[in-house]
Amino acid sequence: MPSRARRRVSKKILEHELVPKHEVLSFEEAVEVLRRLGIPPNRLPAISVNDPIVQLLGAKPGDIIRIIRKSPTAGEAEYYRIVVAF
Amino acid sequence: MSEERFILSGIKFGVLPPYEISRMARVTVTRPELYESDGTPVMGGPRDPHFGAIEPGEACPVCGNRRDNCPGHFGKIDLARPVLIPYYSDHVNAVLQATCRSCSRILLPDEQVKRMLRVLRTLKARWPQLASNFIREIRKQAAQNSVCPHCGARQYRIRYIRPVVFYEERPEGEVRLTPIEIRDRLEKVRNEDAELLGLDPEASRPEWMVATVLPVPPLAVRPPITLETGLKSEDDLTHALVEIIRQNERLKHYLATSAPETMVEDSWIALQHMIAAYIDNELPNVFVLQHRGGRPLKTLAQRLKGKEGRLRGNLSGKRVNYSARTVISPDPEISINEVGVPIEIAMILTYPLRVTPENIEEARKYVLNGPYKWPGATYVIKARTRTKIDLRYHRNHKQLAESLEVGDIVERHLLDGDIVLFNRQPSLHRMSILAHRVRVMKGKTFRLNPLVCPPYNADFDGDEMNLHVPRIEEAVAEAEEILLVEKNIKTPRYGGPIIGGRQDYISGAYLMTVKTRLLTEEEVLELLSKAGYKGDLPEPAILHPKPLWTGKQIVSLFLPEDFSYEGRAKINAGPLACDNYDCFNDSYIVIRNGKLLEGVFDKNAIGAEQPNNVLHIIALEYGDAKARELLDTLYRSFIRMLEVRGLTLSLSDVDIPQRARDEIAKLTEEAKKEIAQMIKEFHEGKLEPIPGRTMEESLEIKIINRLQELFRKSQEVAVNYMDPFNDVFIMARTGARGSETNIAQMVAMLGQQVVRGKRIHRGFRKRTLAHFVENDLSPEAKGFVKGNFRYGLRPTEVFFHAAAGREGLVDTAVKTSQSGYMQRRLINALNDLVVLHDGTVRDAYGNLIQIKYGEDGVDPMKTYHGDPIDVDRLIEKYSHVR
Ligand SMILES: [Mg+2]
Ligand SMILES: [Zn+2]
Ligand SMILES: [Zn+2]
Ligand SMILES: [Zn+2]
Repeated sequence: MPSRARRRVSKKILEHELVPKHEVLSFEEAVEVLRRLGIPPNRLPAISVNDPIVQLLGAKPGDIIRIIRKSPTAGEAEYYRIVVAF
Repeated sequence: MSEERFILSGIKFGVLPPYEISRMARVTVTRPELYESDGTPVMGGPRDPHFGAIEPGEACPVCGNRRDNCPGHFGKIDLARPVLIPYYSDHVNAVLQATCRSCSRILLPDEQVKRMLRVLRTLKARWPQLASNFIREIRKQAAQNSVCPHCGARQYRIRYIRPVVFYEERPEGEVRLTPIEIRDRLEKVRNEDAELLGLDPEASRPEWMVATVLPVPPLAVRPPITLETGLKSEDDLTHALVEIIRQNERLKHYLATSAPETMVEDSWIALQHMIAAYIDNELPNVFVLQHRGGRPLKTLAQRLKGKEGRLRGNLSGKRVNYSARTVISPDPEISINEVGVPIEIAMILTYPLRVTPENIEEARKYVLNGPYKWPGATYVIKARTRTKIDLRYHRNHKQLAESLEVGDIVERHLLDGDIVLFNRQPSLHRMSILAHRVRVMKGKTFRLNPLVCPPYNADFDGDEMNLHVPRIEEAVAEAEEILLVEKNIKTPRYGGPIIGGRQDYISGAYLMTVKTRLLTEEEVLELLSKAGYKGDLPEPAILHPKPLWTGKQIVSLFLPEDFSYEGRAKINAGPLACDNYDCFNDSYIVIRNGKLLEGVFDKNAIGAEQPNNVLHIIALEYGDAKARELLDTLYRSFIRMLEVRGLTLSLSDVDIPQRARDEIAKLTEEAKKEIAQMIKEFHEGKLEPIPGRTMEESLEIKIINRLQELFRKSQEVAVNYMDPFNDVFIMARTGARGSETNIAQMVAMLGQQVVRGKRIHRGFRKRTLAHFVENDLSPEAKGFVKGNFRYGLRPTEVFFHAAAGREGLVDTAVKTSQSGYMQRRLINALNDLVVLHDGTVRDAYGNLIQIKYGEDGVDPMKTYHGDPIDVDRLIEKYSHVR
């Protein structure tokens, strides 16, 4: 339920060094991730459909997004967030 | 005996509906008087006996119970006109803004309502946090609509003035909405619309938020107290209720006698305000209910709010038994794991000893000793009869001791070796509470090994600490395994040792390990016996004319046999710098196979909060127990070393030769001349400005920089002229106490005093003090102090120094209060996050917070200052193995 008109988001944000890599998981991958973590999808950290990066990826509510961040401790760290309607 | 048991699955809060208030009320209050002339309570008054029995012996007219069993009963006040309730009116506002003024439907078209309701219900089930955001959005959207999509009525803007006033901006002007009108609108709101606006209509219909009847709490909630004079003093809530009742009756009377509309109106508003103040007496735009003396009444909100309120004062924090508090003082002779407890306290605090066949004789001994002789006991709880016997009032201790049986409990005094929790406020991190073993001592203070000062941030200038006795086996085990001092030598923040040497330990270690230290057999034995050393003496380093040992040999006796280490000492700086073992200054530590071959021990070897120092590596690689052993033995000999050699300072230690002072005076003259030249150029407008700065700013920056350079140079001169074995200098170089800056302040000059990053400039008009002419820009007129602590300051210099010193005090005061509040909020936010066995971090609901703790799953407590492995050290370690 997008409450606001979708704004046009510039693709340039993807190139910014502070924006980590985001990707939408396929259904199979999503199931695997949830199984590994042993949690229902609503226990994942949420991300709004209105978030610029989600709009760029074209993800829908219910999709799970993998984020690969640079980490000062681990070098690279994976994170998962579920897209929510609001 | 059968009893039904239920498991609480949740708590739902709602608004108490008026019919519920009426149903539960046992009395309707209509009279403001408390007592009749004969002293009996007024029926139908705020002290009506139907509010429940509170006097001893009184029987409750409602339930028939006496005071102990009567639960107390509510009453009610039937309000002559409805009134708004503060805080609820925020929700009333939301509903008014979002609904039609004529048909009370939500100001959104039907299809949208249906769709939003579906989304809202899913959100509520899965993401309650998001649901509340969604509701806020719905409210906003509905409020924006100026024409009702259902009946077409035009909407007007509604202005809400907290806490209880509403205006509607109609074409004819601004009109105040009365609670009656508001209630009418709210009554017509449909359940689905209410749900969309964030209310649960089953539990909280919007119109219930406008009160028509006010509940009056039982007397047990507002008990009167009888003063020694026999006079009754009523609770603040009762006083507030009396005012409300009086006003309500007045309004009723006006209505019954058809008084003029303005009188009714005023009276109604007054009632409204009193009820608002009864709920919260600190609201804006509402008058304050007061005592006769002018003190504001403590009404409902005041009972809950703030540090002493019900929540923070009685629920989050409570007073506890089995605890003690007194001043702390140092005792370097006890183990770091111990705490010295005054015998007086040990005879009050008790541990419940469960009598078993194995300990029955021991238990008898305690009972025989009684409550006043340590080690004794204060109570005996007999298992058979379930009675508690107070030994203070029991005559025959001997007979009681004999009658002791397995299963009885003896409340015995605190004994040596008992585990207790020790705490110093403010408890800012987990090491603010540690477990210690008790050591009962004479005296009236808690004794603490000074090595354990850093985690508590304690000193002995009058600090007090708290002690708590864990009373069940699980708590004792937990304290022993997790909270014991030796298990907290490393901090979980970054793994460095938080327990370790400071001040005298550092000076002592340096003096022991310095190249020139040669010890006679007598001295060696003295040091080793203090450390409790049991082994053989090593071969002396010098055999003739008499055997002498080096301090490094003594230290080596305590190091693990296969321990190797290399690193810079604290004194490794300036002229004493070296970066490998080829070091003439003895400032590079080399330990090979447990022998200290080179380098002195100072802050960088044995100090607290110095990551990757000798103490840290030993704790990491040889275990906390080994580190504790070192702290309890070697460190004690450092203190003894200091006592043997002596460490003190006198005026001569902070004096330098006339030659040096002349040199500093010359440097000062040069700087002053240069600055005078800058000022002259400034006045002539010839000063080269710094890019981006004004002329004035440029001058200030240049002067400050030049004076800082002067201070730096003077410090160099001062330090160069100091005797290297001057005790003050030793303390500064080894990191024991003070710095070279401090030395320069004592022997050379204090330098430029600064307030808020600028030279001192405020005070009189156009000058800092009356001693100077107006607009004087010279160093001494704006806070430059060329005097030092050894030879004293001029009056103006004292003033400037005090001004800069004051800034420091103010900063600390402000910072502590601000960071304290931040700390509180952080702790409350992170309180129940947990690292599970799969390495994930979750909150109390099971929400995932981190997929791997800290992204790498590493416990910082077990790292080399954040690094899970120190590769250099591994190479270093294995390249020397032979
Ligand atoms: Mg203190
Ligand atoms: Zn931006
Ligand atoms: Zn009763
Ligand atoms: Zn309407």
